[in-house]
Amino acid sequence: MTRFVLGRIGFYTLIAVLLAFFTIPLLWLVTAPFTSNPTYEVKVPDFTLENFQAVIDHPYALPSLWNSVVLSVGTALLVVLLAALAAYALSRVRLPGRDALLYALLLLSSIITGTAAMVPLFQLAVELNLIDSQFGLILILTGGLLPAAIFMMKDFMDSTPKSYEESARVFGASPLQIVRHVVVPLVRPGLATIGVWAVANVWGNFLMPYLLLSDVEKQPAAVITYTLYTEGGQANLKMLSTFGLLYSVPVVLMYLFVSKKYGFRFHGGIKR
Amino acid sequence: MAQATSPPEVVQEDRSRRGGYSSDAAGLGRGRAAAFVAPALLLIAVFLVFPALWVLYLGLTNYRLTGAAAAEPQFVGLDNLIEAVTTPELWNSTWLTLQFVLGSAVIGQVVLGFTIAWLMRDRTGPLKRAVEGLVILAWILPSAIVSFLWVALLDADDGTLNAMLGIPGFPWLLDHPMLSIIIFNTWRGTAFSMMLYGAALGNVPPSHLESARLAGASGWQQLRDVVFPHIRGHILTNLLLISLWTFNDFSPFLLTAGGPDGRSEVLAVHVYKVALQSGELGHGAAVSTVILLINLVVAVFYLRLLRSKK
Repeated sequence: MTRFVLGRIGFYTLIAVLLAFFTIPLLWLVTAPFTSNPTYEVKVPDFTLENFQAVIDHPYALPSLWNSVVLSVGTALLVVLLAALAAYALSRVRLPGRDALLYALLLLSSIITGTAAMVPLFQLAVELNLIDSQFGLILILTGGLLPAAIFMMKDFMDSTPKSYEESARVFGASPLQIVRHVVVPLVRPGLATIGVWAVANVWGNFLMPYLLLSDVEKQPAAVITYTLYTEGGQANLKMLSTFGLLYSVPVVLMYLFVSKKYGFRFHGGIKR
Repeated sequence: MAQATSPPEVVQEDRSRRGGYSSDAAGLGRGRAAAFVAPALLLIAVFLVFPALWVLYLGLTNYRLTGAAAAEPQFVGLDNLIEAVTTPELWNSTWLTLQFVLGSAVIGQVVLGFTIAWLMRDRTGPLKRAVEGLVILAWILPSAIVSFLWVALLDADDGTLNAMLGIPGFPWLLDHPMLSIIIFNTWRGTAFSMMLYGAALGNVPPSHLESARLAGASGWQQLRDVVFPHIRGHILTNLLLISLWTFNDFSPFLLTAGGPDGRSEVLAVHVYKVALQSGELGHGAAVSTVILLINLVVAVFYLRLLRSKK
């Protein structure tokens, strides 16, 4: 009995420590935006809204959130479209060299990272005149996400029964009609998952926009956050905390949406 | 880029299960199929494969961001690579990266992730949701934000940590930069391991655990004799993926910018400093080559492992 009680006490102590470890760093983000003249100290907020006014008045803050939207939605659409087309073809048609291609894609997506490729990507962007171009950045980000996206997407395609396509074909639908009206609705959850995954990836990406966009008016929120932190030697805590909160909320909402709708699980992960 | 590559255990199921799928259900034909695949492959070729090959070539030149060598780079052969591997900075960075990967991924995230998954294995309800939600929150928030939150937490004068420990003025980021980024990254990345082990523990047959318990095995003995043999494959997958991601992680830059005096300059930050801050593109590319090679070794090892499990 004592052992049981001790076990319980140990369990709850451990949980409390874990909860503290994961909560304490976040406290500042929820208190500072509502505190007038915030410092690094976590204080009970006086629920002022003047910090939000400061963010609205800042010339680059809100536009940078819009830039983040443009970059992440643009990339997600392109990734979903291209990955779906490629994955469908790879799933249904035995193209020569398909298995080798898939293996190569898998290898590429894990070894060529932003870290390893930052020098040539920077140069490539200079050569192709894509520095300071949001479209250029979208293309580069898409290239980076595509291998993994094709891989996950192919998994979805493989698990959809092909009998629907066959019967549509019997009724005389053309291959493109079948893809558009039969396949796309069938794999819609897969498309949504890849889209959300791509948005989340780009929304938080710092390195690529930091390297390739030097014009403040085009920079996304990730870069602006860093600028607010380093510019003038002194971090502008008022702006940073409030802007940080605004920048974080969409990710949290997206997570809640996804976990409610699909359950937050692994895709392509451990299924056995 | 690397963060969300899913653990691709699908490969192995593919071949055995399919076979029937090779037939072309929609009557697409090879021509259209190739046209479907082409745009994606084109982007991958231009923005992923080409840069990787280019980095190998660049590493062989004396290319610089500015100055005479920027206009007409000279071919210098293996000089950069030799220079890179003979400078102490590279070895310093490699050593720091090793500490970072071992400390935050292999020890921090795996142990913490497994502990949480193990503690929460039979639970449902608000406690489980709260713990998992917080851990996942640390993982999904943008890196620019979380790194700043840690700057605030560790601040010498007003930071919450010093206030709690009662040691105002202790400069964590200056005195212990490596420890700071290791704990930061543990906090940041535990969610992946937690979810992976959570799923893996769900696959351990309850009857095995039950009979071990009836036979009088202690908690630790159950873990060692029943649970670990079942999830060994997952542990390996987990270790390789998070090592790869941590190895390529650029967020330490946001916390310490590699400083003070390069004491937290992991390889990812080292490349950035050499190539883009000092403008020595050739030298930076040589360091990138080293990173690519290490990534390649880890990835090939991982893929072989998947194959041999099949």
